[in-house]
Amino acid sequence: MKDHVTRAPLRAINWNRLEDEKDLEVWNRLTVNFWLPEKVPLSNDVQSWATLRPAERELTIRVFTGLTLLDTIQNTIGAPSMLPDALTPHEEAVLSNISFMEAVHARSYSSIFSTLCLTKEVDEAFRWAEENPHLQAKARLVLEKYKAGADPLKRKIASVFLESFMFYSGFYLPMYWSSRAKLTNTADLIRLIIRDEAVHGYYIGYKFQRGLEKLDPARQQELKDFAFALIFDLYDIESKYTAELYDGIGLTEDVKAFLHYNANKALQNLGYEALFPPAACEVNPAIMAALSPDSENHDFFSGSGSSYVIGKAVATEDEDWDF
Amino acid sequence: MGGLVYYSSASGNTARFVQRLGLPAGRIPISAKEAMPAPALPHVLICPTYADGEGRGAVPKQVIRYLNDPDRRALLRGVIATGNRNFGATYALAGKVIAEKCGVPLLYSFELAGTETDIARVLAGLEKFWGTECLTMA
Repeated sequence: MKDHVTRAPLRAINWNRLEDEKDLEVWNRLTVNFWLPEKVPLSNDVQSWATLRPAERELTIRVFTGLTLLDTIQNTIGAPSMLPDALTPHEEAVLSNISFMEAVHARSYSSIFSTLCLTKEVDEAFRWAEENPHLQAKARLVLEKYKAGADPLKRKIASVFLESFMFYSGFYLPMYWSSRAKLTNTADLIRLIIRDEAVHGYYIGYKFQRGLEKLDPARQQELKDFAFALIFDLYDIESKYTAELYDGIGLTEDVKAFLHYNANKALQNLGYEALFPPAACEVNPAIMAALSPDSENHDFFSGSGSSYVIGKAVATEDEDWDF
Repeated sequence: MGGLVYYSSASGNTARFVQRLGLPAGRIPISAKEAMPAPALPHVLICPTYADGEGRGAVPKQVIRYLNDPDRRALLRGVIATGNRNFGATYALAGKVIAEKCGVPLLYSFELAGTETDIARVLAGLEKFWGTECLTMA
């Protein structure tokens, strides 16, 4: 009897037949950018680590443990949960790359810990992460949106918020240390993670927009309302998490400006307008400079910056770029 | 006032920025099969960045094709670049590459689809820039 059951053929992925050029573009970007924590000389930060006060060390380990939790979720649940909703086989391949890189990110924090910290300090931080109500609340809120049977586009909204917003209360701290010439190798590693998360948020947001454009206006509005409601709820938790972590060193308001700025960027990845007004997004310039060193903001119009100088030679490998 | 030409991939960030600017603008097509805009007047190019970690591939292929035409290039007066600061040193790199290759100033850079502040600065900046350009030409 079973011999009569007709089955859809199992299909092998053919990268020479693309349905969406963006899949190959992002695959190439992610694979070229591949890295491992062993590439970064973290041990050069040992002396710098010793200059931090005990409370600053505890804060740093806690922040990295919180980031590890988000990477773990995105590696084992978030990215895999989007596989069944993929529009193309190539999207599945990209999502599997994203999933694996999240595992690399989670693994990287343990490299930082084993290089700089005492086992006891780290074990305490992992216990703190399990018991911290705000960290647990934000992880649970996202997991709820990922669960089986959830709306595929709502899953993508939650995923973009994790990739492009929820990490930033944590990423702030290594950028802050780096701006004070502390833990600069650790900051280099974090910048590699930030670069990856930017591609992840961009790509998942792009796929969200491809799905959204096929829906009727009522469903589009429902998803937009969902997205703004979720970013509000996540922001509420992030604010409390931020205050608990950063009140002690007086940086909470500075971190919040960074959160507003990144929340707006996460919404832009989904194709939506900003939520927070420009005045709320004025990030400390030292943090911006730590985020993108060697790249000033060009504003020829207002006469600020050195952008009047026409760019210096930059490596490009496009052979047809030769007039 | 001179014109605007822009490139935006299927993600649409630059297209959303240009739409909010509210100025007429020619779009460089995503597909190599479609016709390029043929501006008759001096113009500014708005271009996103797609660099990898080493800065390769910063300028989209279609923008390179656009600029490889001497007539179009002769009318280029400046470039505005977009990107994401999360890419570190390669943030808005396409603007530096085009400025160098074409000998025009990099006028401004902004992230993703831009903020209200970016819109206001670019509108005011372009008006001032074209004013200066007219004086220079006279």
